[in-house]
Amino acid sequence: MPTVSFAPQLQRHVSCPTQNVSAASLGEALKAAFLAAPVMQSYALDEQGHVRKHVAVFVNNEMIASRRDLSLAVGANDVIMVIQALSGG
Amino acid sequence: MSTLLVASRKGLFTAERNSTDGKWRINGHHFHGEPVTQVLADPRDGSWYAALRLGHFGVKMRRSTNRGLSWVETPAPAFPPKPTAGEWADDATPWTVDLVWSLAAGGAHEPNTLWAGCMPAGLFRSEDAGDSWQLMDSLWLDARRKGWFGGGNDHPGLHSICVDPIHPQRLTIAISCGGVWKSEDAGKGWGLFGAGMHAPYMPPDVEEDPNTQDVHSLSMCAAHPHVMWVQHHAGAYRSVDGGLNFTRLTPPLPSDFGFVIVADPVNPLRAWVAPALADTFRYAPDGAMCVMRTNDGGNSWQAFRNGLPQSHAYDLVYRHGLTLAPDRKTMAMASTTGNAWTSEDAGENWAVLEAQLPPVAAVAWA
Repeated sequence: MPTVSFAPQLQRHVSCPTQNVSAASLGEALKAAFLAAPVMQSYALDEQGHVRKHVAVFVNNEMIASRRDLSLAVGANDVIMVIQALSGG
Repeated sequence: MSTLLVASRKGLFTAERNSTDGKWRINGHHFHGEPVTQVLADPRDGSWYAALRLGHFGVKMRRSTNRGLSWVETPAPAFPPKPTAGEWADDATPWTVDLVWSLAAGGAHEPNTLWAGCMPAGLFRSEDAGDSWQLMDSLWLDARRKGWFGGGNDHPGLHSICVDPIHPQRLTIAISCGGVWKSEDAGKGWGLFGAGMHAPYMPPDVEEDPNTQDVHSLSMCAAHPHVMWVQHHAGAYRSVDGGLNFTRLTPPLPSDFGFVIVADPVNPLRAWVAPALADTFRYAPDGAMCVMRTNDGGNSWQAFRNGLPQSHAYDLVYRHGLTLAPDRKTMAMASTTGNAWTSEDAGENWAVLEAQLPPVAAVAWA
């Protein structure tokens, strides 16, 4: 089962534990992780379901290419990290 | 009224007037470091609402029912999924709330009804004290919205909401740049009002188009809700027919550019503005701050400078940066440069509250 974790900058606002979730895609994994802390969704994604402009999502240390298309397949050993994108220097 | 709320780039400050020396002082700081774009103290039940614009994580709402002792996070206004087909599929305006720019309480007998105006310019209504929000589809899906545009911002925004105190189903709102709109049925249907305003920044043939007027702020006289005042990008205006028609006022020199206009809630002839140097400069004319007041419906204006900086003042007072307390004498004003002032005599004399605050978006009384 893929692992989903949220960076401390996000946890400062909403506590959400690192979780192993049952999911076949990145979008499914995030959706499953948000069940533990529904408010977290609005911090990571906007109301259109896109990753926020200043949030970055990594799968196995590689940043995802699209903020809109979260259909990327994920497997049992994949590690998903949601972080605050450093922006503005 | 005993508390001043100051919504700033680095949190929400509270200030109170010391009963011994009469001075206002900051006595509270909430949401340290977070941008607070709007704040509302609900006069019906005393609840406080704060709109945050987290740089990374979007717009958030907080509510306090104990005057800031504790806050709870409540849902923020949010647009529905953007259509993938049809008229709005290629809408150039994002369907994502970037900013809560205005908050207003519903009528006195509409407990828990709130209004939120946003950027992009969606209007939302809550009937449960902010536990949920409903987009006013009829305005958002009005085809005339495609004619709106952002003023100094990327997208048009809804910054002024006037709820008629006698008929709270009657709303008058203002959008920059999208003119003045009115609803008689709590947001179900809308009419484009605001005839008489003039937009010299537009092509000549459409300078009078009410749909593209850059209204910077709209303020209503509560006791005479048919009297409305506008600080426009190009001048100050007044309406005596509920916003249907506006008349350009005698320019409140040194400048009739500015962002804020405040109506007296009782006297329909009195209002205040905080002039700024037009229009890309956006600071106090000649580097000298003043507040101007009219007592005759905008035929003449008097400038008040005592207590305000008169040299090298590069302050700008945003559209929610000047407020009159219910006593109609106490005022507060705060600027983009982090100055905050209070007045005890309807704006004639000012005293510094703080000079080193973060940039201030809004001030309000609680």
